[in-house]
Amino acid sequence: MNNMIGESWVTTTFDTLEDWSTRNSFWPFPFGTACCAIEFMSTVSSHYDVSRFGSEVVRFSPRQSDVLLVAGTINDKMAPVLKKIYDQMPDPKWVISMGACACSGGFYRAYHVMQGIDEVIPVDVYVPGCPPTPEGLIYGILQLKEKVIRERERFRKQNRESKDQEKTQSVNAGAPTS
Amino acid sequence: MSTLAPPQVKTTALPELEAVRAKFPAGSILPQEGLDQPVWIVSRDVLFEVCRELKENPQTQFDMMLDLCGVDFPDREERFEAIYHLYSIQRGARLRLKVPLREDDLVLPSMLKHWKALDWFEREAYDMFGFRFDGHPNLRRILTHEAFQGHPLRKDYDAAKRWILTEDKIYQPHFDLPDNSDDMFERMTINIGPTHPAMHGTFRLMAVLDGETIVASDVEIGYLHRCFEKMSETHTWQHVIPYTDRLNYCSAFINNVGYCKTVEKMLKVEVPPKAVWARMILSEFSRIMDHCVCNGTTLVDAGGLTSFWYLFQPREEIYGLLESVCGARLTVSACRIGGLIQDLPPDFEARCRRLVDMIPQYVQDVETLVNKNRIWIDRSVGVAAISGEDAVNWGWTGPCLRASGVGYDVRRAHPYDLYDTLDFEVPVLYGGDVYDRFRIRMLEIRESLKMIKQLLDRGMPSGPWIVDDPHVALPSKEACYNQMEAMIYHFKLIMDGIHVPEGEVYNMVEGANGELGFYTISDGTSKPYRNHCRAPCFPIFSTFPNLINGGSISDAIVSLGGLNIVAGELER
Repeated sequence: MNNMIGESWVTTTFDTLEDWSTRNSFWPFPFGTACCAIEFMSTVSSHYDVSRFGSEVVRFSPRQSDVLLVAGTINDKMAPVLKKIYDQMPDPKWVISMGACACSGGFYRAYHVMQGIDEVIPVDVYVPGCPPTPEGLIYGILQLKEKVIRERERFRKQNRESKDQEKTQSVNAGAPTS
Repeated sequence: MSTLAPPQVKTTALPELEAVRAKFPAGSILPQEGLDQPVWIVSRDVLFEVCRELKENPQTQFDMMLDLCGVDFPDREERFEAIYHLYSIQRGARLRLKVPLREDDLVLPSMLKHWKALDWFEREAYDMFGFRFDGHPNLRRILTHEAFQGHPLRKDYDAAKRWILTEDKIYQPHFDLPDNSDDMFERMTINIGPTHPAMHGTFRLMAVLDGETIVASDVEIGYLHRCFEKMSETHTWQHVIPYTDRLNYCSAFINNVGYCKTVEKMLKVEVPPKAVWARMILSEFSRIMDHCVCNGTTLVDAGGLTSFWYLFQPREEIYGLLESVCGARLTVSACRIGGLIQDLPPDFEARCRRLVDMIPQYVQDVETLVNKNRIWIDRSVGVAAISGEDAVNWGWTGPCLRASGVGYDVRRAHPYDLYDTLDFEVPVLYGGDVYDRFRIRMLEIRESLKMIKQLLDRGMPSGPWIVDDPHVALPSKEACYNQMEAMIYHFKLIMDGIHVPEGEVYNMVEGANGELGFYTISDGTSKPYRNHCRAPCFPIFSTFPNLINGGSISDAIVSLGGLNIVAGELER
């Protein structure tokens, strides 16, 4: 093959290409409310440079993003807003919960603070810390990458299996009955 | 040896206050002696007139209302107290007014006519305690949400009792607007936030637009209300320190210092010179960090992203210093009551010197980029301008006030630590607009560097980093493992906490945004009875709708950045 088209070409399957591009280009929606948002700013600015991991295209519109990055305390007043933003994001979508407050309410066991955002939306990766260091957040993003690949593989496998099943069924349906 | 000295008593009656007091019926104003500042217990019936007199009398001139908070004493017959903190910029004098209230009659006169700063303070007192203010035009909840029931800072409210807000109950404002048949454009109401990037994550602005001009606007906050004051009441004195970090998280260290100084004042503890020295240096570095974030994000809001990267680099370097001191970058908790968390690292001075040499270049680069930049000047000069007199009436402090020509700085007016021995200037500008607020922060970064340099030149004082008092500070690990007595003290401090003598104190430091005050009441136990934080952003942000009305919508975005509103501190 290489002899035919030269070294600037790589052959692959479409699924692999799609996997590769999905996991290397998250477009996060930074739902930053508090201290964690400042550490998120550190993560995206030049010193830590999250673009090395393909997640620097920060989008402030839920319609354009696929990762909801909840950075900071979410209280009961903010909860309906968070839910709405999550609902507005197109599938496939993932959620990173950054920091103790978003994960569990942190040390605010209080009358106005939600005890973890998983009360209203599903979470894929929890990043502990108060606030997590930029390294912690980057590790969280890497974990999400792996999770995305696992999810897609499982999805494809299920898809294949169900297709196989359908095929068998249709073959069975077409088989002559005695 | 214990440093818990008996409380100091006697504030001698001040003649100018006595002159005001003589004008009112005997018994309606009772001075309370023996506290940290002059205190009057004022009867509600004369409160409005007393305040008018205090503000307008040329002898007293209390032109600024710093703070209003409530306190709940369930055992008293007059269960609640409303506490006002007054300040006179001209005279540098303070006065605390206490107004006792019965539970069945919680009505106070609204004093918006005297001080506009009270607009949000009165709403907060209504929200937290249920005080009603006669004559307040818009008395509704401010920090908690619309479906909330009860008043959370009352002592009988369970700290963990939550209420669920659903989407249909979210507040929708109603604007009473004059007829617009003459206008060229159709009016449109827009909602920005709370998750809009220009609203910095947690503010909600609702504005009626005529074309691009804002005709009327309303601001909703409370999206980051984290119950700091209630949490303080349920934790021991030391455990409150991490909560203070998360007030103004851009300069967490200054909050630590403010809170610890308040408690030290109640304990009458003398902080060792080394800790004072390090606290000042780290506070000034924190101020620089805070100003970097504020100015960086303001420029981002105006479309200049480059300066943001430039200004974040010194911040990152200062993080390195903080990390070497305490292990944390942002929320440091590096202060302890009576000193610091641990000894300073051996390369502390070298690191500081390197930073002092490095930071001016970044500041210079940004100033070269923007100070004469046509776009930035067009976007900021004259935008959201406020006069010094109005700013004082609205309760502004800090860089924003100094950009309006009023040179009030706590470090100069009421020096604490070693500030009275340092040679520094308080920069004052007179435009009162976004441009001057930006410039004054840049000037303050330079002043802070100057202070740090002077402190470094004096050299690090030798000696311990925390007070040697087993009732306040933990004994060293070595002593703890080898001496019975030290171990007992360690056990007592961990299990029981510090016991702060009964009393109350209002203590302030110059935060990055202005006067950061803690009004703290102790009942002699190991937990604060009441810990109120006077957040400098709170009165500043209450002015916001008035600042932007009549301007264009893009000006509103830039002016929010210039005010440096930090949600953690604003909503506590």
